[in-house]
Amino acid sequence: MNKKIKYALFLGCNIPARVQQYETSARSVLAELGVDIEDIKEFNCCGYPLRNSDFKTFVLFSARNLALAEKLGLNMIILCKCCYGSLKMAEHHIKQDSHLRDEINEILAKENLEYKGNFEIKHFLSVLYSDIGINTLKEKITMRFKDIKIATHYGCHALRPSNIMQFDNPVSPVIFDRLVELTGAKSIDWALKLECCGAPLLGINDDLSMNLTKNKLTDGKQSGADYICTACPWCHLQFDSVQKMMIEQQRINNHLPAILFSQLLGLAMGIDKRTLGINMNQIDIVELKSEE
Amino acid sequence: MLFTVLLYISIFVFFLGLSYKVSTWFSQKIGIASKNFTTSERISAAAKGILRVIFSHKILILVKAFILDVVLQKRILKEDFLRWLMHMLIFTGFMLLLLMHAFDSFITASFFEEYYSTLNPFLFLRNFFGIMVLTGLIIAVYRRFILKVPRLKTSPMDCYAIIILGVIMISGILLEGMKITSYTEFQNMVENYSALDDEKEILSLEKLWVKDFGLISPNVKGEIASDIISLSKELHNMHCAECHSSTKWAVMGYPVARFLKPIALTLDRLGCVNVFWYIHFLACFIGLAYLPFSKMFHLIASPVSILANAVMDKDKSHPANIATRQVMELDACTHCGTCSLTCSVAPAFDKTGNLNILPSEKLAFLKTCASGKNLKENKLKAIQEGIYLCTNCDRCTVVCPVGINLRELWFNVREDLIQKGNSTPLVLSPFSFYRGLNQQKLDSNNYSNPISIIQDAIADKCELMKNPDEVISLTPVNKEFKAKVELACVDPATTYSYCFSCQNCSTVCPVVGNYENPQEALGLLPHQIMRSVGLGLKDLAFGSKMLWSCVTCYQCQEHCPQGVKVTDILYELKNLAIKETFNNE
Repeated sequence: MNKKIKYALFLGCNIPARVQQYETSARSVLAELGVDIEDIKEFNCCGYPLRNSDFKTFVLFSARNLALAEKLGLNMIILCKCCYGSLKMAEHHIKQDSHLRDEINEILAKENLEYKGNFEIKHFLSVLYSDIGINTLKEKITMRFKDIKIATHYGCHALRPSNIMQFDNPVSPVIFDRLVELTGAKSIDWALKLECCGAPLLGINDDLSMNLTKNKLTDGKQSGADYICTACPWCHLQFDSVQKMMIEQQRINNHLPAILFSQLLGLAMGIDKRTLGINMNQIDIVELKSEE
Repeated sequence: MLFTVLLYISIFVFFLGLSYKVSTWFSQKIGIASKNFTTSERISAAAKGILRVIFSHKILILVKAFILDVVLQKRILKEDFLRWLMHMLIFTGFMLLLLMHAFDSFITASFFEEYYSTLNPFLFLRNFFGIMVLTGLIIAVYRRFILKVPRLKTSPMDCYAIIILGVIMISGILLEGMKITSYTEFQNMVENYSALDDEKEILSLEKLWVKDFGLISPNVKGEIASDIISLSKELHNMHCAECHSSTKWAVMGYPVARFLKPIALTLDRLGCVNVFWYIHFLACFIGLAYLPFSKMFHLIASPVSILANAVMDKDKSHPANIATRQVMELDACTHCGTCSLTCSVAPAFDKTGNLNILPSEKLAFLKTCASGKNLKENKLKAIQEGIYLCTNCDRCTVVCPVGINLRELWFNVREDLIQKGNSTPLVLSPFSFYRGLNQQKLDSNNYSNPISIIQDAIADKCELMKNPDEVISLTPVNKEFKAKVELACVDPATTYSYCFSCQNCSTVCPVVGNYENPQEALGLLPHQIMRSVGLGLKDLAFGSKMLWSCVTCYQCQEHCPQGVKVTDILYELKNLAIKETFNNE
């Protein structure tokens, strides 16, 4: 890859506060792959949590971020699937509805911002798969895993509604599995692969939220997985911190540790465990090793 | 006499205020953290904690934090150079003036035997420090009133701080300028400090002072004759030079003196030197006495906050000390607005105008009513929305120049506030995730109350859900409700009308699949809600628990053979239900 690609990195709110290992591991992986990152300090929340109470405020939040990246003429790379889903959803609505666009741009104009819509929003996995490409990744992967089975968790908000998200085939997606298999690990088939992690209801209906999590973890374990792999801080927190809480509350007995894809890929690329924040996961994954 | 009396009064008030404020750190209760501790428990925990830090390796952390964050203010520098410059100029300039000039008889004079305020380097330094403070104040005014830093709110407290400092500085400079020009002062000096009594000699000296020292005299007109200049200089060297450097070294006072030249004699006759002397020291005394009750109290509280946070740890520190620290942190806030500038959800303030969304204003609010008791309903509602509309992204905590641990403060106060009154509809949004993640730190007895109160309030408006036996009347159709749902769904507006109840949505729904008897647990299922909207049955659409159990996974929408935007419509219904129940528009 000769040409350097540059993106504005959108971290969202969860990652800097609670899943810092996702940031450090993703940054180190991207740097290793020759991707240039621009940090925009002024980014705000994507608006996801506001959609339940007020649609327009949600759109305003997303649009402000989009306008900030657009001002610098940069495409956005997003680590969180819910941020990705929200930004894409808001983008879709402002593009479709000129009244809404005018209304939002009027508010943004106070900060000299404007959303015009001439740029792309991409999730981390799509950047790896499409922009960097399988071949470059193959070159950079020097330490492959042996006999490790991974259950890939796609994450709802990147996948659906598929007509807007354009992430992958909503019924039988492949991107994530192919990326995982590049590392030498085996991506298993499992029934609940495309289901929700349960995070959107945590704090609202804990029993339901944790039941959904439990169903997924149990299914993954029964299907032979050693780890459940995510590329979203909400899903990760649910499968990591919340799973730990569920173990403590004896809601679940068999545990299935969670690993972020950036950590898995980083290990396969020979990046050190400290940078990847391997010891920051609540449920221990320290023993996972890749081999030369 | 008056000076001494007022000085002691202001010192007395200052110490009284200081001890009152410090006592509130131990007595005031905010949030849930302080509920179980008495004042004496908090005092003894603090004493033990402080001793433990002082006699351990943590003392090194304290020293480091003191040098970097208190003296050099590294945290401000990291955020904004202009602000750092402003603060350093005001802080160092004022501190040096305080030590060298205000306390000169105690401090400067004891270090320098030859000290006279009118001698260099003291004369020049006093002016130089004055320039520092004034420049800082000009930057402060520029930032707050001209540059208009986004979301930087200026409260009366902020204005007061700038005004009192401004009055002290400007009155001081004017006083010096007037003193330089004052003929009365000159006469007094000659009388008290020189042994001169010969009229001619005094006049020669006066002429030199008019020429070189900025004095304005009624007796001297025109140029000084060259023949007396050597006599004048000799007299000056004999009687004045020992205590007087050239007034031109008063780089602020001297230009003021030249500027006042045309009216100097009048001012002198009116006794303005005295007037400005009174203004100057009264402003200082008022500033001192009011300090513990003003924003300037941060001078004491902020370093304490920085140092406390440098050595305290949420998991290891005594919970009583955390409660105490959180009250103290309210005083440490300088209302600088850095947190609001960086706040992830600040655009919600731009949209709704609820000031309590901005962290700096939330904190100011907490300051005025630390306990949140006896709040009027609309105020409570606003602060509940403000405190809950937070993604807990920690950015405010990371940037706070005085190291306030806002993350823990919000968590603590939030729980207390949403347990009051009617809670806030935002508890039904993913903003609740953080609370769910930390539920083990909360009282499990009332943990789910705020959520059920809101759900009940919404369901309570839905008559049809309350009386399941009632016959549903399908006419007249609630067109107004249908129109509202249509209006908000952007693309194909009325997709719900395509629903033919194939139940695909309910079949693929993971929430429905989670229950043995989903209808009992959820009320209406997704396909039934779509039909209810089509029939204009608002109560059924709003009242079912399904609405608030939706995980927004979009399985239903993806699998609808008719292209009904099921999830989007559920979102829309949630918005409408909240607006109709809680906004009295």
